[in-house]
Amino acid sequence: MDQIILQILNGLDKGSAYALIALGLTLIFGTLGVVNFAHGALFMLGAFCTVTLSRMLSLSHEVVDETRTDFLGNPLKVDVPYLYDIFGETTGAAIIDWAVPLSILFSIPIMILIGIAMERGLIKHFYKRPHADQILVTFGLAIVLQEIIKYYFGANQIPTPAPEAFVGSFDFGAAIGFDPNAIIYPYWRIVYFFFAMTLIAGVFAFLQFTTFGMVVRAGMADRETVQLLGINIDRRFTIMFGIAAAVAGLAGVMYTPIVSPNYHMGMDFLVISFVVVVVGGMGSLPGAVLAGFVLGILESFASMREIIELLPGINQVVIYLAAILILLTRPRGLLGRKGVMED
Amino acid sequence: MSKLNLTRRGALKAGAAAGAGLALPTYLSAAGHAGFTNAPGDSSVTLGFNVPQTGPYADEGADELRAFELAVEHLNGGGDGGMLNTFSSKALDGTGILGRKVEYVTGDTQTKPDAARASARSMIEKDGAIMISGGSSSGVAVAVQALCQEAGVIFMAGLTHSNDTTGKDKKANGFRHFFNSYMSGAALAPILANNYGTDRKAYHLTADYNWGYTTEEAVRTSTEAMGWETVAAVKTPLAQTDFSSYIAPVLNSGADVLVLNHYGGNMVNSLTNAVQFGLRAAEANGKNFEIVVPLYSRLMAKGAGENVAGIFGSTNWHWSLPDEGSQTFTRSFGTKYGFPPSQAAHTCYVQTLLYADAVSRAGSFNPCAVAEALEGFEFDGLGNGPTLYRAEDHQCFKDVLVVKGKENPDNEFDLLEIVEVTPAAQVTYDASIFGGDLGSCNPGA
Repeated sequence: MDQIILQILNGLDKGSAYALIALGLTLIFGTLGVVNFAHGALFMLGAFCTVTLSRMLSLSHEVVDETRTDFLGNPLKVDVPYLYDIFGETTGAAIIDWAVPLSILFSIPIMILIGIAMERGLIKHFYKRPHADQILVTFGLAIVLQEIIKYYFGANQIPTPAPEAFVGSFDFGAAIGFDPNAIIYPYWRIVYFFFAMTLIAGVFAFLQFTTFGMVVRAGMADRETVQLLGINIDRRFTIMFGIAAAVAGLAGVMYTPIVSPNYHMGMDFLVISFVVVVVGGMGSLPGAVLAGFVLGILESFASMREIIELLPGINQVVIYLAAILILLTRPRGLLGRKGVMED
Repeated sequence: MSKLNLTRRGALKAGAAAGAGLALPTYLSAAGHAGFTNAPGDSSVTLGFNVPQTGPYADEGADELRAFELAVEHLNGGGDGGMLNTFSSKALDGTGILGRKVEYVTGDTQTKPDAARASARSMIEKDGAIMISGGSSSGVAVAVQALCQEAGVIFMAGLTHSNDTTGKDKKANGFRHFFNSYMSGAALAPILANNYGTDRKAYHLTADYNWGYTTEEAVRTSTEAMGWETVAAVKTPLAQTDFSSYIAPVLNSGADVLVLNHYGGNMVNSLTNAVQFGLRAAEANGKNFEIVVPLYSRLMAKGAGENVAGIFGSTNWHWSLPDEGSQTFTRSFGTKYGFPPSQAAHTCYVQTLLYADAVSRAGSFNPCAVAEALEGFEFDGLGNGPTLYRAEDHQCFKDVLVVKGKENPDNEFDLLEIVEVTPAAQVTYDASIFGGDLGSCNPGA
């Protein structure tokens, strides 16, 4: 029983990331009809917003420490962050320690701008082109973006730890009556799960309860009619692209303490996210979220030692097997509706 | 207008000759050979450096390339001479190799065997490279080594740690300076026993490819021989980034040690996840829970950050070694590039010098003469103490370093501390235990 709870918990944080990326993908597909293969790169760019802010906060000047030597035997140059000079060592260190949560504020405007620039500068020219062209151009864009990141940040992973207050794990098992250590769960993953839920709820609330959201939903259902009413739906869809980019970026920002970012992390999520979108039902926002969590939990269960021993290799294919089964039984996906994205 | 008299017999002959010509690899049909592939001219000789310039090991590849450039500079008499000054063999004098200026071409392995073979082939066939070196993966090393054997050039392996490179896949034209999985296990086991005791239960997470298997086997064999029990060994996909679902069950499995048979990004992620799940601070079976990383590199340690603190592993070489060769190399490299060299850089630099030295001692670029000069060659002054290039499997035998992640590093390079230098005798094994057949040297032409 404890193993089952443990894998459900593990699946929730993995599913949170899948759901957030798939949500953004579905928003773009549902509004603009574009298959955006650069969406994983937006997740990666969000993570590198954290790296950038962390480095900006750690900007330092050198102080020579005569008592110690560097690897060449010269007096050691110690980096002292400017924040220490401005706020004192304790406060300065605390600000640097909280770089990841602070990156949420830092990344939102940047990601929205990147999203809008991507849509206006490149993707809008491919609206009337076949999906294959859209896939090629966005995939190419993803490669360009990751190579730019590699050029500036290198190929190695960059550690970006969670704030000290969230280091360590919670003994969930002991809290609900199991043996100590039976179900442990890192604090930051709990934070990530609740952050993802809040973000998803925020996106749904925005679409459901604001006039802007209502128009966007109307545009998703019948673009031509909305345009006939004199509403500039293209502008609103461009803004939605920016919002979708920000959602993917925020998913990346908060993911950095879980997996140290590197230039390739977007590609690692991209294929699975597309499977999530298809399984959830093309164009269905609740479907994307539901499929994200379902597939995340399935992937966790398939990684259990007992399951791997029974079915070797199942951990590598379970998501795709599940996708096949779901699409065979429900060709429109879990929550896909008739007529949506069907020409 | 001339008349073409084409007979059936003539057409068959012409066709056969043309077919044979087309089938002949270009490195065998290249003009100017002198009994072996890519014999150099009188003024220069070309070496081929095949390193990952793109992909996940690009940073390690860049460090290898820096080391190769430094080695070429020193061979040509530039810079401070580096380890030419400390090398026990005095056949090299800074005038190139056998009086020829050393030039080089580079290829990108992409850490993919097929891409690595293609770039090596290009350097051999188009650029006339007489020796290929470099790489950051055993899969790549085994593939390129086989190609060099077919092409008749020497392969001086870069970073490759699988037993197979000089075990079941060894080749007469291939040589490895880097240590291997068996040596890691043999060096680590006594240290682990001293620090953690002999009554331990280990849980292995193993990267699902060749290197992972040989490393798991080596560490399991060595630790079980000391009394450790292996509770479980789970294969993890190479493309995995989040290891939480593999790590979460570990603490409740009865194990009190987690062995991460991972390298590169896999190691960084699995170790980070293990620390997040509180394994470093946990207790199991009444003991502190411990984590072991059989193969460490400084670049990986940098990626994992403070998570490496206190964790044991093994490494081929470290810049902080106090011997004259290591210090000389670190000074040369550090002065030129501004940071200390990695173990990958060290092994690539040493391999280049060893190749050049073997050519000089043999008095010939013929790969078979070079191989003969390397086989059984004993040397010192290159950073690992007295070393033997064993003739039976072309594997170097030297001291192995057991290292531990530093608790309070002084700077960004000061991440690992050397716990013990395990003597070569303790990590030496019978050349036949991994099977394979060297075959015979192929000079190519």
